[in-house]
Amino acid sequence: MPVYNLTVNGQPRTVDAPADMPLLWVLRDLLDVTGPKYGCGVGVCGACTSHLGDSAVRPCITPISAVSEPVTTIDGLEQNGDLHPIQQAWIDLDVASCGYCQPGQIMTALALIVANPNPTDDDIDIAMSQNVCRCGTYAKIRAAIKEAARVMRGGH
Amino acid sequence: MARRLDPIEPGHQRGAFEPTRREFLQVLIAGSTLMIGGVFLTREEAAALPGPGNTSDQSDIGDSLVAVETPYKYMLKLEVTPHNRVVFQLPRQDKGQGIATALAMMIAEEMDADYDRVDVQLSDRDSNRPTTITGGSSTIRTMWEPARTVAANARLRLVTAAAARWSVPPNQITVKQSLVMHAATGRAANFGELSAEAAALAIPVTPLPLKDPSQYTIIGSADGKGRKNARDIVTGKQKYTLDLRPGDAPDYPANAKPAVVLRPPDIKGRVSESWSLPAPPPGIVYVKINLPDRGPVETGSTFPQPTGIAVVAVADNASFHHALAARNALEPLVDWEPGPMAAMSGEGIRTTLVSLTPALTPVASGLSSLDATFDFPYVAHAPLEVMDAVADVRASSATIWYPSQTPNYQVGQIAAATGIPDANITLHIPFAGGAFGRRLFGEAAIEAALISQQVGLPIKLMWTRNDDMRHGRFRPMTHHAIRATWSNGTIQSWEHQVAAAEMDLRHGYGDALSPPGIALSHPEIEQAAFNATVSVPYEFGATQQRITNMRFEVPTGSWRSIYSGFTMTANEIFVDRLAQAFGADDIQFRLDHLANSTSASAPRAIRVLEKVRDKRAAWGAAPAGHAYGVAVHAEYRSAVAYLVEIDAVDPANPRLARAYAAVDVGLPINRKGLEAQFQGVLIDAFSVMIRAGNHLDAGHIVEGSFSDFHWARMNHSPRSFEVFIFDATSDTPGGAGELGLPPGSAACINAYARATGTQPSRFPVLDPTS
Repeated sequence: MPVYNLTVNGQPRTVDAPADMPLLWVLRDLLDVTGPKYGCGVGVCGACTSHLGDSAVRPCITPISAVSEPVTTIDGLEQNGDLHPIQQAWIDLDVASCGYCQPGQIMTALALIVANPNPTDDDIDIAMSQNVCRCGTYAKIRAAIKEAARVMRGGH
Repeated sequence: MARRLDPIEPGHQRGAFEPTRREFLQVLIAGSTLMIGGVFLTREEAAALPGPGNTSDQSDIGDSLVAVETPYKYMLKLEVTPHNRVVFQLPRQDKGQGIATALAMMIAEEMDADYDRVDVQLSDRDSNRPTTITGGSSTIRTMWEPARTVAANARLRLVTAAAARWSVPPNQITVKQSLVMHAATGRAANFGELSAEAAALAIPVTPLPLKDPSQYTIIGSADGKGRKNARDIVTGKQKYTLDLRPGDAPDYPANAKPAVVLRPPDIKGRVSESWSLPAPPPGIVYVKINLPDRGPVETGSTFPQPTGIAVVAVADNASFHHALAARNALEPLVDWEPGPMAAMSGEGIRTTLVSLTPALTPVASGLSSLDATFDFPYVAHAPLEVMDAVADVRASSATIWYPSQTPNYQVGQIAAATGIPDANITLHIPFAGGAFGRRLFGEAAIEAALISQQVGLPIKLMWTRNDDMRHGRFRPMTHHAIRATWSNGTIQSWEHQVAAAEMDLRHGYGDALSPPGIALSHPEIEQAAFNATVSVPYEFGATQQRITNMRFEVPTGSWRSIYSGFTMTANEIFVDRLAQAFGADDIQFRLDHLANSTSASAPRAIRVLEKVRDKRAAWGAAPAGHAYGVAVHAEYRSAVAYLVEIDAVDPANPRLARAYAAVDVGLPINRKGLEAQFQGVLIDAFSVMIRAGNHLDAGHIVEGSFSDFHWARMNHSPRSFEVFIFDATSDTPGGAGELGLPPGSAACINAYARATGTQPSRFPVLDPTS
């Protein structure tokens, strides 16, 4: 099997995996990075959403052979015990119910804010409609995105 | 009713069981730390408790669950550790509804503990608690008195221990933030420091006076509490079943192998008898797990049988990827027999249900009348965490991880399937990624146990999304016929006939709904459950609601709000039509018919409706293409009214624009948790009424994932959503988790009907399944 050198959450990792193995299973089963969740396996629910570089992708439909940029998952946002502002906003607004979709929601939302530091409601509708929340936490996600964006802009 | 709550005889409180004439004994686990629990009633006393009532207005499912749990209600485990943490074992499943956080608040309040030092864990299955069902919005109601009583007993021991250590009277001692203090001498010790001494005390656990609500600082506090596991969730550290790894639990196996199951196209299809399994590729093991359809696991039921071919990846470092790839490679090779519903479609079931519906009572001469029919689809629960389980089955014992809503039932099922004695099966309950009723059953746990047993290795089983959408369970399809009659502007009668695909309740509501010692047949259980959940709060004259069932081979189960999800939704849509027929305002019409109602629910329903009336007035006229809709529902000793604004500028793509809920849950515990419940359930409501349902076509379910099961997303959700929660209107909390589904559903339809000038009667509106 081919060997792949990856950067996962800032750490160099080497895996031996078939070329068509989805990044989701590489992360979860070979590297024990379990933040990204399986929800559909076909890229329609968003529970596994993670970043390649600054782009949000679906690891469940991203073969390992297509990974050429650093991988950031929900597990990599916290730095030395300090939460990322978007994680703090999620806590402050008590967004999660069951929480299973939230790693993907947060990573989708973070990509949105990085690309668009002051997203409107319409922007949020478009970007976030890629992700399903079965508990229906959308109102709180919307509020948390606005709060995180405000903090990430420097508090304005 | 009055209950004798005798403490046990002195001298029996230390050490262990000493069976006496009393069948249940208080259990005190004395040791280096304080652990308490206990029971007070004999079986005879328990048998004298009330059984189910005739309608939910008199005695609802929560009352029944409280009653059935009474004999062992104090059999709870609360520990004060030397590290000054309070650890409570909750015999329920938290799958996001927030009960662990609410229980932490209740216990911290009663113990005067530092809330941040109170941990609530989901307890393993405990055969000493026969009824541990998480359902019927009953957790807070059933735990309310027992959990606080156990906490009060722990506090009493800590105070007594401190008084003994300092030789001061106990009544001079105060407790705050897990600190026990004697002000006059300036002495203080935290709970952890006193734990060992408190554990050594010979004080029986007894019912104690509980804290007066006027003293509450945590329960019902204005801000509420965020979820205890919020940080774990947002950092990816929260462990769901398939996130567990060796070291996360002492008994978690070192080498659990990934397993998936190749399933037939049809519901309950099976592998052809004449087809034989090919040799598996290297590193893969196949296990045929066809069980007889009416086999030992689920005799005579419509349960989905574990049916198919398990594909287990047994190589070192095997991944679910390997199991899934092998499953995909095997799929085209298998000869499947059609399932028992191969000749049936959703329309066929609907036709059958229509013919099953009893004729409505003829309208007496001189009366005016209004009729309507409604059709609700099969709906998958579709929790975002798919069905999954870990099983380590040995020769005569088994350890299972499965987030069950019915742990004792689940263990019984695993025991029946594997032949391993019930007592030798350990069931751990991980936190779950949603349930909505799906985890009342646990086919995945049974399958996982069988696969582990046959392969001889610990395995971790994952159902794919397709598996659960096509071979899981569904809210039953239903047909409704409603008729109201009136004369001189006074409603004379209300009749609602429900014809339903049978709702599978064999997981154990039956225990709670049967009088002690009497086994009801499934139809009787269903009628009792129906009666215990639905009731009309209005004064509508002669009122009757009945359910008639028929069993189809489509697996079903309770889906958030059980019977009310369709029955009370249909009622509240019909009430809007009735108000129209009367030329009345929808809210005023409801208030007018609640004003003289004798229903115990009426005062709450009025209270929440009046808030909604005020809010709608404040909103003013709806924009063009938008409309407001209102509905109310009272159940679980609680009530909620919704006001929603639907944007139907494009009638084929409506969305919620704004929403408001007024909520009376008697005594609110955690306002943050309640807000989440009442916001979230409206998304369920909008989804199942407008967008998402499951279609049966020639024996199989059409939808396979969130691509065609059109659950609402951010672009359908309200841009502003206010949840108003009344301060305490009662000294006990009511239920909340399922309460919002019926009125949320009806409010969405009432708004959509108004915005589009239509009268939707088949759901979901955009994709009716029949």
